Amino acid sequence: MIDAVRPAVFAPNWPARLAWLGLFAYAIYAASILDFTWDRFVTGLGQGARFVARMFPPDTDPEKMRLMARGLYESLEIAVIASVLGIVLSLPIGLLAARNLMPAWLTWPIRLFIALCRSFHQVIIAIVFVKAVGFGALAGILALTVASIGFVAKLFAEAIEEISLKQVEAVRATGAPFMSVVMFGVMPQVLTRFVGFATYQFDSNLRNSTMVGIVGAGGIGGTMFAAFQKFDYDYLLTILLAIIAVIMLSEALQNWIKKLYQ
Amino acid sequence: MRDAPQQSAGAALQIRGLSKEYRRGVPVLHDVDLDVASSGITAIIGPSGTGKSTLIRCINRLVEPTTGAILFRGVDLTRLRRRDLRAARRRIGMVFQEYNLVERLTVMENVMCGRLGYISSFKAWLRRYPRSEIENAFDLLEMVGLTEHANRRADALSGGQRQRVGIARAVMQEPELLLADEPTSSLDPKTSVEIMELMVEIGQRRQIPVIVNIHNVPLARRFATDVVGMSGGRIVYRGPPDGLTDDQLKQIYGGENWLE
Repeated sequence: MIDAVRPAVFAPNWPARLAWLGLFAYAIYAASILDFTWDRFVTGLGQGARFVARMFPPDTDPEKMRLMARGLYESLEIAVIASVLGIVLSLPIGLLAARNLMPAWLTWPIRLFIALCRSFHQVIIAIVFVKAVGFGALAGILALTVASIGFVAKLFAEAIEEISLKQVEAVRATGAPFMSVVMFGVMPQVLTRFVGFATYQFDSNLRNSTMVGIVGAGGIGGTMFAAFQKFDYDYLLTILLAIIAVIMLSEALQNWIKKLYQ
Repeated sequence: MRDAPQQSAGAALQIRGLSKEYRRGVPVLHDVDLDVASSGITAIIGPSGTGKSTLIRCINRLVEPTTGAILFRGVDLTRLRRRDLRAARRRIGMVFQEYNLVERLTVMENVMCGRLGYISSFKAWLRRYPRSEIENAFDLLEMVGLTEHANRRADALSGGQRQRVGIARAVMQEPELLLADEPTSSLDPKTSVEIMELMVEIGQRRQIPVIVNIHNVPLARRFATDVVGMSGGRIVYRGPPDGLTDDQLKQIYGGENWLE
């Protein structure tokens, strides 16, 4: 009697189960097509071990160390300039893309622009800029700036769309001009998140600035790629260790900045 | 009853034929007429969802009225645009149910938000407020008993303290009209009375009308000089708090079991 009245609960979600099943089946199928086998994996491990062995000990030749320092410093410059440009541009772009503050005719072209910035990997954008402005750090800076806008502006816009409009309403009610409403009603609510995105993007730019050099867009990447091609593996290890050190320093810097903004 | 206030020069605020539809064909306010005297506390009572908040937000245009006119000291607020609208909002202070403080700013920064209509965005960003205004803000904080909290962040305060900051912010605007949307609904009974006393004091001291949305009938009876009863988007009672009978309350809120 009661069964007839009360609905069944905890019903199985068949569409979701089928979707998971389909995903696993496709993964196995794709692995078989791409010759992803255990034998190849094991052979690869052996070769990898030989490669690593040839890296030791790291090369500390002073001339090469100087070359590395110069490349690393250029990478750092690329990362800092691209981050500053990208973050400064992301502030207005992200604000204009926020659908709860801006009219639709403005937000959708801006969102399209952001999506375009996100469409390609930094290295691909770097190739385009190398073709456009020639070899060197400028191409790397431009490529990473575009990537920064794609990431920071998108997340910034999303953060703005999640704010409490009550605080905005209160500031509007005082008769504040639009820029003051943004500065007092909107920014305090999103500032810590923006700082989070910005520091994350700086970290990301730092890592990517070591890579755009491979396609000739400046920084340590060029030196690293040359070392690779000359089988100069011990020098490669020196570079890799230096990059790890720089990334760790950046990590510490990020934590310090985040504390500054609670 | 409708002719007399229309003639009176004492009415600071005259609302005529005000309607609001959030969705076409579903009016929340039906053709509301209301006069508010140039001093005293007007309490708008009525159940939740009856258009009290909409009515009060139409006055400072946080909500756009669909039709009707709102005359404030002879100016139709519904026709103002941009700069003029901001100048009008500056003269109308507002206190909110959930305080609506900027949580991450300090108490002083929140109070000074009341001056944003008077100062350029750039100067406000640099916090370059005139010294005299900062002194005024301190006077207000002293009045609401929060002087030592000036540099604390708003999200560190209790509900009653936050509402006091909200009131100080509204008064900082040097308003000629004070609106309050359920200012005591999120507060305990003792704090509610203190907040209402504060609103009365401000109204008297500044000689300005105060309009308070409130669903607590005893509080309305105790503090209001004038009561507006709303039901279903219409005004169904208008008069002194003593004139409010049980029959009228039944008409406003529906049912009767809640009456003692």
